[in-house]
Amino acid sequence: MRNVLLASCLGSVAALAAGGAVANDDLIKMSQNPKDWVMPAGDYANTRYSKLNQINAGNVGKLQVAWTFSTGVLRGHEGGPLIVGNMMYVHTPFPNKVYALDLSKDNQIVWKYEPKQDPNVIPVMCCDTVNRGVAYGDGKIFLHQADTTLVALDAKTGKVEWSSKNGDPGKGGTGTSAPLVVKDKVLIGISGGEFGVQCHVTAYDIKSGKQVWRAFSEGPDDQLLVDPDKTTALGKPIGKDSSLKTWEGDQWKIGGGCTWGWISYDPSLNLVYYGSGNPSTWNPKQRPGDNKWSMTVFARNPDTGMAKWVYQMTPHDEWDYDGVNEMILSDQQIGGTTRKLLTHFDRNGLAYTMDRDNGELLVAEKYDPKVNWTTGVDMNKTSPTYGRPAVVKQYSTEQTGEDKNTKGVCPAALGTKDQQPAAYSPDTQLFYVPTNHVCMDYEPFKVSYTAGQPYVGATLSMYPPPGETHMGNFIAWDGKTGKIVWSNKEQFSVWSGALATAGGVVFYGTLEGYLKAVDAKTGKELYKFKTPSGIIGNVTTYENGGRQYVAVLSGVGGWAGIGLAAGLTDPTAGLGAVGGYAALSNYTALGGTLTVFALPQ
Amino acid sequence: MRRTFVVSDVEDMLLRKTLLMAAALIVAASGGIAFAEDAIDPAAVKSEDGKYLDKEGNPTFKVAADGTVDWYTYSGYRRYHSECHVCHGPDGMGSTYAPALTDSLKSMSYGAFLEVVASGRKNVNTAQENVMPAFGDNPNVSCYMDDIYVYLRARANNAVGRVRPAKKEDKPDAYTQAEKSCMGK
Repeated sequence: MRNVLLASCLGSVAALAAGGAVANDDLIKMSQNPKDWVMPAGDYANTRYSKLNQINAGNVGKLQVAWTFSTGVLRGHEGGPLIVGNMMYVHTPFPNKVYALDLSKDNQIVWKYEPKQDPNVIPVMCCDTVNRGVAYGDGKIFLHQADTTLVALDAKTGKVEWSSKNGDPGKGGTGTSAPLVVKDKVLIGISGGEFGVQCHVTAYDIKSGKQVWRAFSEGPDDQLLVDPDKTTALGKPIGKDSSLKTWEGDQWKIGGGCTWGWISYDPSLNLVYYGSGNPSTWNPKQRPGDNKWSMTVFARNPDTGMAKWVYQMTPHDEWDYDGVNEMILSDQQIGGTTRKLLTHFDRNGLAYTMDRDNGELLVAEKYDPKVNWTTGVDMNKTSPTYGRPAVVKQYSTEQTGEDKNTKGVCPAALGTKDQQPAAYSPDTQLFYVPTNHVCMDYEPFKVSYTAGQPYVGATLSMYPPPGETHMGNFIAWDGKTGKIVWSNKEQFSVWSGALATAGGVVFYGTLEGYLKAVDAKTGKELYKFKTPSGIIGNVTTYENGGRQYVAVLSGVGGWAGIGLAAGLTDPTAGLGAVGGYAALSNYTALGGTLTVFALPQ
Repeated sequence: MRRTFVVSDVEDMLLRKTLLMAAALIVAASGGIAFAEDAIDPAAVKSEDGKYLDKEGNPTFKVAADGTVDWYTYSGYRRYHSECHVCHGPDGMGSTYAPALTDSLKSMSYGAFLEVVASGRKNVNTAQENVMPAFGDNPNVSCYMDDIYVYLRARANNAVGRVRPAKKEDKPDAYTQAEKSCMGK
């Protein structure tokens, strides 16, 4: 008996090792097939670029709706579907349904999964019950539920293979982000920055669901998974207790730094990249210090979790500028040599271009000219404040102080960009960035911490920049020089992820519900179609049966659904203002639908 | 132990308890939160330590001709936009997943308001999943129940607009004392 057990044990170990390598190779290969869309961002580099070119700048104007699919859920629909061969996997916000559709059989529903979750998790989700999508690997679909359960479903049948609990919703931890499969592991972050969660990224074994490593954003070195001598920040070792030294007492234990954004991966360097969110609370006076490593870009070894380098973008945050937005990996020439780059459009309004191997900061520039809280980042390597943003006193909520209203800060807490991912086209070497064009008043005040209760501590009001009526832009950005190449005004924040294609067309959605196609070189609008609801989902493309399709989830909501649905206030314009900041509810209503486009046959 | 409500004196506490019990009875009788048929006249008839009360003794707002608001309305504005607006929208205007309180407070009684905020409520069905959490144990909310109520009542009655109140009465001394003891510092 014992022998048999041992034998089967060994067998599974061998299978596990082999499975890991296979999943990795498979996924890399599959992500290079433009007919599929096998991971949330299309590829490990998070470029959201497709080589498909049947739909191009010349014919995109003839685009038509090919088919639609109602998700049966009303709340905000972020993320987008996966396409693996003939199968499409569509996810929804809470209750986090997953539908598997057979694209070769008239989009028939092959299976549907709906978890049973305690609805008490709903109000612990800060900004709507969104979910940013599922991941695929090793024949399984991985779903990150609202209640932080990570569940592995058989991709063919929807049967639950394993499930693991990643956090405690009773303490404010929730699941909104998409997992990423790297080799034999599934990586996942956690939300809860408005509830004082000590956030982390965790790796689970792809076969068993067993936790392999967990790396916190703040805390002692063994919880951070850093090597004080080898982990670097801007080229220098971070040293012992790099995080503990920047918090008062035990505040790091409720320090936030949540990890609800996107993860990217460079197989050649064997590094994964992601950002951490705001330190808790929103009242900066209550948490003196730099609050490391909130608001930080992390580069980690996916096998062990060990950090190779870190860079804190907004030390001691005073505005809720989470650093979770995607890290887009590209290889471009800077100063005559090809560099392995990481480009990141931060909530704080600065776009960073870094060397993704060693974390060297190459470019840090404003990607909305209205950004005013900083005069810029100190790029002088010998300066004691190298790499830090210079804070403008007038817009510092820390310096203005508690119970005082700091007015006219740009960007608003929404950020110049939030989680809505940008795209990168190697053809134009440009980034296509959906942005918010919103400013705010911010008044911090004292709050007390109760486990599982909001831990916010600031009052905000948001409005378009003075003298302007539009609240969003869709821009093309040169990451090598840090300059806007073209910029299209949008009435509302652009809260939809972009898609760049080899057809020279870039796609994105708007909060009123338009899917738009623009010329990648000039930004000229080539096509638009009004979908059933506002779009906060990400645009996807795939090929099936020789036809290229473009798909997007509509279903207004998310953080955009809070302020914008009610119409932002503009204290200077008075009430009843029409035009740019009129209520979004005049344009669209709730409802989750997948709309799929193709050229006429 | 954490105190759940601002308690300026024993009578106030007794009044609260009575109201909460009354609210609980209405809930039990109707199987849901009851709304008063007619809204009570929000006009302030008296003031106790800077808190204005309507003719039935419920907290209410006071807006002077020059736009100066009472302390509770101002404080409620701040607390609302810290704790409530992420679901209920800026200025009580609602969101895609929580009702506009500028409408709800037109008919919701003070007792029902306290009950829902303290204990939460659920409205989960096939079409929607609306869940209001219980804030009774959260001092950032429970210590400021009256502030938030007064602000939203003012909004529901169009007494203050969608702006930050520009001028306000001073923070009453009794309020400062009660706040300190409620927040536990």
